Amino acid sequence: MSAVLDHPAHAHDDHGHATPTGWQRWVYATNHKDIGTLYLLFSFTMLMIGGVLALLIRAELFQPGLQLVNPELFNQLTTMHGLIMVFGAIMPAFVGFANWMIPLQIGASDMAFARMNNFSFWLMIPAGLMLVSSFFMPGGAPAAGWTLYAPLTLQMGPSMDSGIFAMHLLGASSIMGSINIIVTILNMRAPGMTLMKMPMFCWTWLITAYLLIAVMPVLAGAITMTLTDRHFGTSFFNPAGGGDPVMYQHIFWFFGHPEVYIMILPAFGIISHIIPAFSRKRLFGYASMVYATGSIAILSFVVWAHHMFTTGMPVTGQLFFMYSTMLIAVPTGVKVFNWIATMWRGSMTFETPMLFAVGFIFVFTIGGLTGVILAVAPIDIQLQDTYYVVAHFHYVLVAGSLYAMFAGYYYWSPKWTGVMYSERRGQIHFWWSLVSFNVTFFPMHFLGLAGMPRRYADYPMQFADFNAVASVGAFFFGFAQVYFFLAVVLPAMRGKGAPAKQNPWVDEGGKGAEGLEWEVPSPAPFHTFETPPRLDSSATRIIG
Amino acid sequence: MMNQGNTMSNMKRLGWRHSGTVLGLAAAWFSRAAYAVNDLPGGPAVRQLNLQRPATLIAGEQIWLHWFMMGICVVIFLAVFGVMFYSILKHRKSVGHKAANFHESTAVEIAWTIVPFVIVIGMALPATKVLVAQKDTTGADLTIKATGIQWKWGYDYLKGEGEGIAFVSTLDIAQRQMSDNGGAKPGEIAPDDYLLKVDKPLVVPVNKKIRIITTASDVIHAFAVPAFGIKQDAIPGFVRDTWFRAERVGDFYGQCQELCGKEHAYMPIHVKVLSAQDYSAWVALKTAEKAAAKPL
Repeated sequence: MSAVLDHPAHAHDDHGHATPTGWQRWVYATNHKDIGTLYLLFSFTMLMIGGVLALLIRAELFQPGLQLVNPELFNQLTTMHGLIMVFGAIMPAFVGFANWMIPLQIGASDMAFARMNNFSFWLMIPAGLMLVSSFFMPGGAPAAGWTLYAPLTLQMGPSMDSGIFAMHLLGASSIMGSINIIVTILNMRAPGMTLMKMPMFCWTWLITAYLLIAVMPVLAGAITMTLTDRHFGTSFFNPAGGGDPVMYQHIFWFFGHPEVYIMILPAFGIISHIIPAFSRKRLFGYASMVYATGSIAILSFVVWAHHMFTTGMPVTGQLFFMYSTMLIAVPTGVKVFNWIATMWRGSMTFETPMLFAVGFIFVFTIGGLTGVILAVAPIDIQLQDTYYVVAHFHYVLVAGSLYAMFAGYYYWSPKWTGVMYSERRGQIHFWWSLVSFNVTFFPMHFLGLAGMPRRYADYPMQFADFNAVASVGAFFFGFAQVYFFLAVVLPAMRGKGAPAKQNPWVDEGGKGAEGLEWEVPSPAPFHTFETPPRLDSSATRIIG
Repeated sequence: MMNQGNTMSNMKRLGWRHSGTVLGLAAAWFSRAAYAVNDLPGGPAVRQLNLQRPATLIAGEQIWLHWFMMGICVVIFLAVFGVMFYSILKHRKSVGHKAANFHESTAVEIAWTIVPFVIVIGMALPATKVLVAQKDTTGADLTIKATGIQWKWGYDYLKGEGEGIAFVSTLDIAQRQMSDNGGAKPGEIAPDDYLLKVDKPLVVPVNKKIRIITTASDVIHAFAVPAFGIKQDAIPGFVRDTWFRAERVGDFYGQCQELCGKEHAYMPIHVKVLSAQDYSAWVALKTAEKAAAKPL
């Protein structure tokens, strides 16, 4: 057994209480590393469940005509795929990374609120169960799309209420997690680590945490109003009582657009560590990376209605949201340029983390460019609610967020588990994922341009071939992730593999990964930095 | 050597036989996948790669704008990744490249903030022109209300020639059943307008400005016809509008584009564009039908 699952050593346990063992270790967990592991395992489970739903969708769409599911179930599948992937897979996975890495990166002994940390994880379990079990409730799972637009939500069965409650729990969990992260980063950095010397992953998470605190209550408000419309006779969004369905969309996307950046900013942080480490060069333009992240976060609050160009806004409204959306391309571009400038004249090697990081930049940028095209309102009128949008957001969320997390896993798992992954298997996972991802989602651009609407259980004959290609690609992509778990994650959890050095990403010349996480042994001991370390002037090394 | 050669040729034969099977399967599958389906004029084409052939000025402008944006994006893409892949090839450790030490340049940062900003402005200017034009619904020759109803479209001719005509348009029942039965069966020929054929199409005259007022009676739907470059949500309790001026006669197809419940995929839009005379004849016919149907 490896360090992740092994019973921890008690060498430094001087708090007068024993660390619980067995199941109690996990249920009563207050250690940031254990909670990080729990988050990551939970989110991978949800990734697999959401993936199965996606494959059911793609299987149905393999050919025209309904072969496997009826249209009701199809809508349930698309809805729950979206909700589970966004709230169950991507968001918790980044919290898992934050739990593991932020204390290690800033030289803190743990997260600021260890017991709240436990609570915010365990809140996710009932929420996840409610989401998944909604398929077995009368009338099936919610089928109004992950955006839960009113007044369609008013037609849903009882599972809608449990879905709303699940989202409330997940929101509460996210807010607690964010408070924890903000307080940890602001109060618990080792002496000498000023904000502008802080690792980029901490910076991006600090900004993400503020975004979460700002917008999760907005989502809670929107779905609570939906709930009272459904059961308590209010008419916030119910046009039959004078309510405004478009108001729902405004509130939802005021949450929803910052949410997009909540799902990508921590990914930017991970990439900003890996590119310098494997280029053997410091990150180019650290300060401008911080400012770009902040700019993206601020701009994300003033672009929400670009999701609503077809609702019939006044022309001035469309112009404003078109301009503000296009503006986001500027700070995002700065980030990409900075990464490439970091690679420029470096001394690059391409271990799996670097492969995923370069793959991220390449494929994420395609998603970014289609985003600029979608921002242009006259073109968006053609593409809104078509497969072009589906292609776009999978390019930024799968090839963006998910690839960054894979990169982060390969980069940091030696520190977590104490063993190296198999480089060959990592490369197989990367190339297999990259090819099958593009086979799946690239043809969707064509489908969208040709006018195929999203969330369709059946489609005109002319769309058949690209749908068939996308379905084949999707199955290969799904199997690649099963391979990742069985061939990469599982052996690491069992402690199989070459023992990892304290810093596996440093070459004979002493160049490579920098940061405090590489100043502690691999695997990282159960307790680290119990006394604040003394740092050198760059705040990346411990002295004395 | 000989042994090896034998194995090789065996493998080759095996490979060929297999590739033959694979090819055969692929061919069978493609012929099935193709379903002998043809392009649908006014609707999607088989394996269409770009936006549909435009039938209005606005749709043409959108296509131009899309090419314009694509051009800029492809140039940016090639430039940025040209640099990245050059760097990946030349600045790798395995070719002995030593890492440089630079990590900051305010001038460069300012440059690559300003240049994208200027490019974005260059993109926004032509987009603004098209956007303002497509939002101008004034001066319509004919005003029609399109009401989204789960799961069909109601059309009311409100103002202009044909005023007073009203009907509901529903997906062809045989096509709906074909969908439930798993699509076209072997031997059966799927129609080119599969899931796009309605009982009563919306009929409009050519070269006239048609204003479509959208609303809905239950949940949000969206009225969309790609060849006209229009898409407008139909929102219950509210009215919104859009417009088009079809420049040629023919049949044009669209589908509901906002998730509206289980039959979302089964409420198509079929617009029949007629010449002025044909349209007048159709209006006369409809008016006569209505008069005949009126109880005494």
